[in-house]
Amino acid sequence: MKCFSRYLPYIFRPPNTILSSSCHTEADIISTVEFNHTGELLATGDKGGRVVIFQREQEVLVEEQTPDVVLGSILRVLKFSLPSLQSKNQVHRRGEYNVYSTFQSHEPEFDYLKSLEIEEKINKIRWLPQQNAAYFLLSTNDKTVKLWKVSERDKRPEGYNLKDEEGRLRDPATITTLRVPVLRPMDLMVEATPRRVFANAHTYHINSISVNSDYETYMSADDLRINLWNFEITNQSFNIVDIKPANMEELTEVITAAEFHPHHCNTFVYSSSKGTIRLCDMRASALCDRHTKFFEEPEDPSNRSFFSEIISSISDVKFSHSGRYIMTRDYLTVKVWDLNMENRPIETYQVHDYLRSKLCSLYENDCIFDKFECVWNGSDSVIMTGSYNNFFRMFDRNTKRDVTLEASRENSKPRAILKPRKVCVGGKRRKDEISVDSLDFSKKILHTAWHPSENIIAVAATNNLYIFQDKVN
Amino acid sequence: MFARGLKRKYGDQEEGVEGFSTVPSYSLQRQSLLDMSLVKLQLCHMLVEPNLCRSVLIANTVRQIQEEMSRDGVWHGMAPQNAERAPIDRLVSTEILCRTARAADGEHPTPELEDGSLQISASELPIVSSAQGQRSPQSSLWEMDSPQENRGSFHKSLDHIFETLENKNPNSVEDLFSDVDSSYYDLDTVLTGMMSGTKPSLCSGLDGFTAAAPPPSSTCKSDLTELDHVVEILVET
Repeated sequence: MKCFSRYLPYIFRPPNTILSSSCHTEADIISTVEFNHTGELLATGDKGGRVVIFQREQEVLVEEQTPDVVLGSILRVLKFSLPSLQSKNQVHRRGEYNVYSTFQSHEPEFDYLKSLEIEEKINKIRWLPQQNAAYFLLSTNDKTVKLWKVSERDKRPEGYNLKDEEGRLRDPATITTLRVPVLRPMDLMVEATPRRVFANAHTYHINSISVNSDYETYMSADDLRINLWNFEITNQSFNIVDIKPANMEELTEVITAAEFHPHHCNTFVYSSSKGTIRLCDMRASALCDRHTKFFEEPEDPSNRSFFSEIISSISDVKFSHSGRYIMTRDYLTVKVWDLNMENRPIETYQVHDYLRSKLCSLYENDCIFDKFECVWNGSDSVIMTGSYNNFFRMFDRNTKRDVTLEASRENSKPRAILKPRKVCVGGKRRKDEISVDSLDFSKKILHTAWHPSENIIAVAATNNLYIFQDKVN
Repeated sequence: MFARGLKRKYGDQEEGVEGFSTVPSYSLQRQSLLDMSLVKLQLCHMLVEPNLCRSVLIANTVRQIQEEMSRDGVWHGMAPQNAERAPIDRLVSTEILCRTARAADGEHPTPELEDGSLQISASELPIVSSAQGQRSPQSSLWEMDSPQENRGSFHKSLDHIFETLENKNPNSVEDLFSDVDSSYYDLDTVLTGMMSGTKPSLCSGLDGFTAAAPPPSSTCKSDLTELDHVVEILVET
């Protein structure tokens, strides 16, 4: 059997634990995954409006434990403590991710004016760079962005005069002596508090948020508009892009994703449902309706069909860490663009081209509208995106090798190497291959994340979160 | 959704095929796609907060189909023939073309089509009594200001489609599905292939099926008028 590890630089091994909900409800479906800037924290948002933050434990010398593959529900994980099993050998164990904090970020709301329900599903989470002991993140649903502060508390004051130990007020008349309260250590408590709520600025559904490199502003994008916010000001925002036509009957294009340049705080890009990317410079004008650069690949006439426009709709756009390239994901491909070349991408990778002949069926069951995300690795040399049947794909830009991996419980024995998968397109199906007809289209990997500097990836498969680490040798 | 483990061979198509198990004509498929898209638009119109991106993409597809049909001169040239059979044919073909080969096992997907998406949407259609908004249905898709207002016009057109579904002769429908197996693959091949307007080579056509009427004209007159009206509004012709 061919050993892909020889070709791809990374060998991913499943972790000891796969974090999941045992009783899978709709609310547990993970809707976003994001590492923070150091990779120490990993945040997930779900359809029920909850945010779960995982923290990487310090690398320690530990007693090797027989791994327990499956944890209980996410809620139970809070109280879960790793069972101390029989100790075996002392090994140097690299940091695993454990639950650090869980909180309810958004609640379902009802818009009385339009008689419409506003979903609490977390569409995106973006971390702010750490500036003090606390962590800050932005989380958003369809309408409202919130800034959350996650901080640790390991001391508490004791010895109040006016309150007793349980917090009940004491009658001042009973106090005969005074004492100075002191701070005493306590069990570590992680608390999340909402610091800012940025509401009522979007008529349409927010699909993206992006923190600017100045760390003072951020943008939120919905289907037709992009707003610029200052973190300190919640009752105002600047509208910087507006593509709403005067007559809504003329609407043919919407904004699908937006992101700030990683280094230039005046530059951002946004993608559209027609497969185009616009780069805008905020110095040019207050309203960036006129783009500075326009990226579009000419259509291939031989591939033209009724579904051409739908599959060209870009579902995600990401700047490379270097800021030199942008990556876009449409239904069948991932493309890498050089900012200096607008007329075509410099690289195109086929994610699951075998679906090209199935587009009608995928249109009928709405799968063709699935929005897959894409991510860069820390060095911008490998890109990753998800597919169906819990498959996800990695493309090495240098060697041009690619691999298909599967995030599944059955295939992920701890400490084993993830086996590459292959989809058989037609003709004879080899032993380990899967035929296109057998793919499970309800198991889609839309959200993935890559650690900023190491080869650790987080893959969200419906309600399960898989964290794979590359353990070389 | 997709049949699992079923081996399909291209050669199997040739035997025992009468009428409905081979690739339907391009025009019929195009019409079915149009119908499917309109139903989707209507369904998403019914959702609490319609996904704007999806609606825009579907509407653009509808517009594209309509433009092509206009170019081909079939849009306004549809003559009503076989009034009773025709709407069934059109809607049934959507079923043939986009369902899996479960029909080959003896199941009849039609009941699912009726009882599934379309019927469900029928029951979900709001009982909009009077609402006849001045704005076109298209704007009502995008504007979420008054979602109730313009459902009337779409409601009416789909109503006709649902009525004809109920009135159809069940026997004829079963006959239609007796030998359907891999036709949905072929639809995909055709529709995602060239849009040249010439019949694709695979298409031996549902010749028996459409023999009674040329494919683009297989519509019921009243149904067509409604649909025509709807799509005209959509594309502002």
